[in-house]
Amino acid sequence: MKLSKLVIAAAVVAAGTTSLATGAFAQAKEQFFPLLSYRTGPYAPNGTPWANGKQDYLKMINARDGGINGVKLTYEECETGYATDRGVECYERLKSRPGVTLFDPQSTGITFALTEKAPADKMPLITLGYGLSVSQDGMAFKWNFPLMGSYWTGADILIQHIGKSLGGLDKLKGKKVALVYHDSPFGKEPIPLLQERSKMHGFDLQLLPVTAPGVEQKATWLQVRQSRPDYVLLWGWGVMNSTALKEAQATGYPRDKMYGVWWAGAEPDAKDVGDGAKGYHALALNSSSQQPKVIQEILKHVHAKGQGTGPKDEVGSVLYTRGVIIQMLGVEAVRRAQERYGKGKVMTSEQVRWGLENLALDQKRLDALGFTDVMRPLSTSCADHMGSTWARVHTWDGKKWNMSSDWYQADEQIIKPMVKAGADKYLSDKKMTRRAANDCQS
Amino acid sequence: MFYRENGQFKTSYVADQQIFPIVQDRLVILLLLAVAFVATPLLASDYTFRAILIPFLIMSLAALGVNVLVGYCGQISLGSGAFMAVGAYGAYNFFVRVPDMPLIPALILGGLCATFFGILFGLPSLRVKGLYLAVATLAAQFFSDWMFLRIKWLTNDSPSGSISVSELQVFGLSIDSAQSKYWFCLGILVVMALLTKNLVRGAIGREWMAIRDMDVAAAVIGIRPMYAKLSAFAVSSFIIGVAGALWAFVHLGAWEPAAFSVDISFRLLFMVIIGGLGSIMGAFFGAAFIVVLPILLNQFLPALFGLFGVEISTADVSHAELMIFGGLIVWFLIVEPHGLAKLWSTAKQKLRVWPFPY
Repeated sequence: MKLSKLVIAAAVVAAGTTSLATGAFAQAKEQFFPLLSYRTGPYAPNGTPWANGKQDYLKMINARDGGINGVKLTYEECETGYATDRGVECYERLKSRPGVTLFDPQSTGITFALTEKAPADKMPLITLGYGLSVSQDGMAFKWNFPLMGSYWTGADILIQHIGKSLGGLDKLKGKKVALVYHDSPFGKEPIPLLQERSKMHGFDLQLLPVTAPGVEQKATWLQVRQSRPDYVLLWGWGVMNSTALKEAQATGYPRDKMYGVWWAGAEPDAKDVGDGAKGYHALALNSSSQQPKVIQEILKHVHAKGQGTGPKDEVGSVLYTRGVIIQMLGVEAVRRAQERYGKGKVMTSEQVRWGLENLALDQKRLDALGFTDVMRPLSTSCADHMGSTWARVHTWDGKKWNMSSDWYQADEQIIKPMVKAGADKYLSDKKMTRRAANDCQS
Repeated sequence: MFYRENGQFKTSYVADQQIFPIVQDRLVILLLLAVAFVATPLLASDYTFRAILIPFLIMSLAALGVNVLVGYCGQISLGSGAFMAVGAYGAYNFFVRVPDMPLIPALILGGLCATFFGILFGLPSLRVKGLYLAVATLAAQFFSDWMFLRIKWLTNDSPSGSISVSELQVFGLSIDSAQSKYWFCLGILVVMALLTKNLVRGAIGREWMAIRDMDVAAAVIGIRPMYAKLSAFAVSSFIIGVAGALWAFVHLGAWEPAAFSVDISFRLLFMVIIGGLGSIMGAFFGAAFIVVLPILLNQFLPALFGLFGVEISTADVSHAELMIFGGLIVWFLIVEPHGLAKLWSTAKQKLRVWPFPY
C-alpha cells in the first residue's frame, strides 16, 4: 500500500512541475534558441565543446549587449545523444516555443530527418560544414543553410591541398588515395566528389569504411597496411578519430600523410594520442586559440563571472570556436532580419530564414564582431546558401593545432554542376519544383 | 463489485469464444478505442503526437511482432531491428520504383519482404535453441546492416546512403499532419493487434505455445516443429516489417541503416520482456515503458531539480535518465518477473473480488 501512495505522490509532483515549467515560458520579447547537443555517448568528447561554444556566445551577447537590439536571447538545451530519433523528439519539443529562431542539429543523420520536416514547420536549419552537400542550392532547399562549407567543399580543398604540396594537381596522377570513412551518410557524402576528382586527375581512390561508432578499426588498417596508399583521408567523428590515429601509429602509417576533414581535426581527436599524432593534418574551418577578440569577450563577460558552460581552458578550442561561429551566424541572421522587419522585435523563424539568406558579413563587420582571422567573409544569397567555402589546413604538433596552409576555396567549376544535378535529382524524386525567382523577395 | 462476470451466461459457442467474453472488458476496450481515436486527437498537442504517441504506436506494433516470436513461440530473436530495416527498405523500394504505388500496398509488400527475410533467418531455429538462436538471429542484424550500407541499388543509388520519402497519401488523403499520421498508425496497429490476438487464440497460436513450452512433447502429439517455428518467424517478421516501414515512412521521414541498429533489436526484446512475454497487452506496456519513460524522465528531471533551485546540465539529466531507467528495469524484473502485463492481470483479479477479497 505504501508503494501506491508513493506513486500517487510522484504523479502529483510531476503534474505540478510540468504545469510550472510550461507557465514559465509564456513571456514576450525573447528570441529563443533551441540547442540540440550531445554530451553523452561516443561522440560526446566532440559534441560537448561545440555545445559549450553555442551556449557561451548567447550568454555573452546577453551580458554584453543585453541581447539583439534589446531583444533578450533565451535558450534551452536538449540532449540527442547523436541518435536520430531522440533528435527528432528534441526538435518536436522545442520547435513550437515562442520566439523560436532556428535549429543547428549537430548531426548529419538528424539533419536528414529534419530536412523533411523543416519546410512544413517553416524552420531554418543551419548545418555549418556538415549536412546535405546539395542543400547549398538555395533554390531547391529553401530552409537548409550549409554555411561556410559542406563535405564536398571540404573534400575538394583537401585534394587541392595535397596537389599543391606535390607541386601541382597533375602530380596526383597514379597516386593512391584512401578514404577511411565513418560508415554513415556523414562519411559517404564526400565520395561522389572524390570520385569526380579522381577521374579528373587520374588518382586511384580506395574506399575503406569503418563501422560506426568506429572503436574497432583493425580490419581497415590492415587494408591500409596492405595497399600502402600515398595518402589517407580521414572522415571520422568522435571516438573514431583518435582510434584511427592510434591504429595508424600501430600500423606504422606516416601521420603526415593523413588528412582529416574539419570534423576530424579538433583537440579531443588528437590529444589522447599526443605525440603519436604529430604531423597529422586536418582541415580547419576556423582558428583555435584564445586570442581572437570574441573569445576574449566571452572570457570576460561570461567565464570571469563564473557563468561559463564548460571548463575555461577549453574556451577557444577548435570545436568550441566553431560553436561560437554557428551561434554568431544565427544571431547575425536575427539582426539582419530585424533590419528589415523591425528593430527590437522578436523575429519569427520565417523572418530569420530571410536573414540567413541575406547575410553579408564583410571583413569590417567580422572585425567588429571580433572574428578577425577566425573566419573569412561570408555572404549568402537566394541561390547560394553556403556563403563562403574558405578553409585552411592545420597540423598537430603533439600538443596543439597550428595553421599550416593558406586559405583555400573550393573549385566552383566542379562543385556547382554537382550541386545542381544533385538538387535536381532530389527535387524530382520528391516530385517538387524549384523556388520561383520572386520567392526570393519574401 | 463492478467487474464481475456473475450473471453473464453464455448460450452458444460463439459467445464463449469471443476475444473478450466479459461485458465489462468489452466496454473498457470500446471506451479505450474511443479515447484513442476520438478524444486523444482533440486533446493532444503536436509535440505529444509527433514525439510520443506516434513512436509509441509504431514501437507497440513492433513489440507485438516480437512477442509473437519470443513470447508465444519461445524463439529468442535479436534480429528484430533487421526485420524492421528490411520492411522499411522493402517498402521504400516498392514505393519509389513502382510508379504511383499507393502507400498501404507498399507497406504490406515491405512486410512481405521482411517475412521472407525472417523465414530465411528463422531456418537456424530448426537446429539451435535458446541463447544460441539469439546469437544466430544476431547474424540477421549484421547482415542487414551490411546489405543496406553496401548494396547501392537498395537505397536507390543515393550517394550518402540516406533516403527519404514525402507526400504520403492514403485513398487521396494526405498523411502529413500529426493527427493524420496518428490515425494512420493507430488504424494499422488496431487491425494488426486484432489479427494477432485471433491468431494466437487459434490453432496456430496453440501450436506456437506448445513448441514454446516443450518442443519434444509438442512434436510427439503431432505438431510439426518446422511448420510452427517458421510460421511464427513469418508472422512475427511481417508485423515487425510493417512497423519498420511505418517507423521510417511516418515517423522519421528520412533514415539511414543506423536507424535500425542492433540497439533497436535489444530495445524491442526488452519491451517484450518487461511488458510481459506471451501477452498482447504486454507489447503495449513494454513499448510505453521503453519509448515514453526516457522522454518523460528527460523532461521531468530538470523541472524536479528546478523546484529545489538546482540547475542541472543536460549531460547530467541524460546520465540520470539512463541510471533511473536501468534501475527501474531491474526493479520491475525483480518485483514482477512476468512483466507489466502480469501486474495488469493481477489488478483485474483483485478487482473481481473487490471489495470482499478472500
